[in-house]
Amino acid sequence: MRFLSRRRRHPLAGFVVLLLGLVVAGGLYSTLAPRSAGADTADARQVETGRQLFLVGCAGCHGKNAAGILAAKGGNYGPSLVGVGAAAVDFQVGTGRMPLANSSQQAPRKPPVYTAEETAALSAYVASLAPGPAIPDTEYTDPSDEADVTNGGEFFRTNCTACHNSVGAGGALPGGRYAPPLDDVSGKYIYEAMITGPQQMPVFADSVITPEDKRDIIAYIESVSEEPRYGGLAGGGLGPVSEGLFSWIIGIGGLVVAAIWIGAHGARVKKQT
Amino acid sequence: MSSELPVQRPRNDIEPAEPLDNPGLPEHLPRPTDVDPAMERRAERQISAFFGLATLLTLVFCVAYFVVPKDATFLGWSALNFSLGASLGLALLAIGIGAIQWAKKLMDDHEVIEMRHPVASSEEDRAATLGMLNDGIKESGFGRRPMIRNSLLGALGVLGLPAVVLLGDLGPLPGRTQFSTVWTKGMRVVTDVSGLPIKAADLEVGELVNAEPAILFETDEEGERVLEGTEALQAKSKAAVIVVRIRPEDITAPAGRENWGVDGILCYSKICTHVGCPISLYEQQTHHVLCPCHQSTFDLSDGGSVIFGPGKRPLPQLPLSVDEEGYLIATSDFTEPVGPSFPEIEQES
Repeated sequence: MRFLSRRRRHPLAGFVVLLLGLVVAGGLYSTLAPRSAGADTADARQVETGRQLFLVGCAGCHGKNAAGILAAKGGNYGPSLVGVGAAAVDFQVGTGRMPLANSSQQAPRKPPVYTAEETAALSAYVASLAPGPAIPDTEYTDPSDEADVTNGGEFFRTNCTACHNSVGAGGALPGGRYAPPLDDVSGKYIYEAMITGPQQMPVFADSVITPEDKRDIIAYIESVSEEPRYGGLAGGGLGPVSEGLFSWIIGIGGLVVAAIWIGAHGARVKKQT
Repeated sequence: MSSELPVQRPRNDIEPAEPLDNPGLPEHLPRPTDVDPAMERRAERQISAFFGLATLLTLVFCVAYFVVPKDATFLGWSALNFSLGASLGLALLAIGIGAIQWAKKLMDDHEVIEMRHPVASSEEDRAATLGMLNDGIKESGFGRRPMIRNSLLGALGVLGLPAVVLLGDLGPLPGRTQFSTVWTKGMRVVTDVSGLPIKAADLEVGELVNAEPAILFETDEEGERVLEGTEALQAKSKAAVIVVRIRPEDITAPAGRENWGVDGILCYSKICTHVGCPISLYEQQTHHVLCPCHQSTFDLSDGGSVIFGPGKRPLPQLPLSVDEEGYLIATSDFTEPVGPSFPEIEQES
């Protein structure tokens, strides 16, 4: 205590006391302040931000109230987003599929236009319209060691392989559409695609494939895409017929070309010496 | 007919002159290594360098086998496989290059002409062979002892019978088994792999469920599966289904099947009617399901009708209802055989 009392008239003493008081008051406020009210206003602000972003970037196709715009010929320019939930927005905007660059057979994956914060605001706005699937918990999208890869593989081969190939390499659909490859898709987006059914993909809701099983599916996809390619170039896992055909045509064709080249070349001396 | 043929013109006696003289073989030009001793020595060194490189690479293969760890990767490939393949492949390539260079640069270089000759053997060879055959027939008494000859021919002929008898393993004939599956009235529709019952109210529009009959997951009082092994697989291969939910206004149900769905929930066989591949490549907006094997496409909102591809019959539909707890059940077995068509289907109808 003598240390403090001796320095109580130091020129900086007042400043130190003031600083200490501010830190204590701030710390107390942050721990004791009523939290829910603040969170609510933050949510409301986020929804409002989302609405503003929506009016600028999305309402052109989806309508000012996100109810969709019907086309004169039937069908619609943009479908209604009422009830699609935060998960659908997070998937479509987070993977860059929305906003749509042009109306082709399918919205391709591309670098996202909105930041993570803006995507969250858009998701919050659309989620505020009507209840729908929420953004999944990281517990199920980020498989830990307890995930059962074997179980995930069984579910994957039963439900996903028809379109996405047995190792998630993707595949063709009718009419120029395609099922995208899954090897570098984050677990969150795979989960969101399953519960929202983007574009032609059917819905695989949690009531049919439980969140634990979905976590196992994600673990399976991660596990097969991390497999070292012992056979060298994988060729997309298209199977022995198409890959074999490719290596026969390119491989044996290359050998024939090389043989012809060897036979056609050889230096000769013009003048007899 | 022959009288109508144009009279053949008499052959012109004058042989047309050859338009070009036979050029013969091109002039033989020596190779640089034939005329320049320095070049020859250089080629010699080159070739032995390739053979030396091959020796070195083969030794690299042997060392890599012991040195490179099994789980190491290189550019995403197994480092061990890569080093073994690269060293041995390049060693073989170096031996090949050396051999070709040797042949092209140093080995004796002169043109050779080989004349064509008839394929048949000479008259003497043919006569000698026939003579030996006749001698053999005479000495063995093949013609003289018909009992031995006939019994031998009989023994050889009967040897064909086992091949025919073994065809019996292709059977037994399937009988009526192709016309029915394990589905029965009131059996629950459960998810594949996990065997969960499906609540009709939980299904969303656009949902697809790969499903199975509940009997595949049922156990008896001792905890054993009711259907096991081959029996279970055979049952599964016929009874697998896909359940989809479509907006009711999008569905045009065929006559007599109006109440086979539950609020737009429809259930179809998962086995393609072309050659029986399992199909679940379903597009939720067009309601089409495509078979990946031969591109048969079925419209599930239109009674599973074939809209493209080699499939002949629509996908068989399983009539659905719900039990008192709200879970999906079948109200009967399929009303037609599932899977590929077979001749007896036509005779039946």
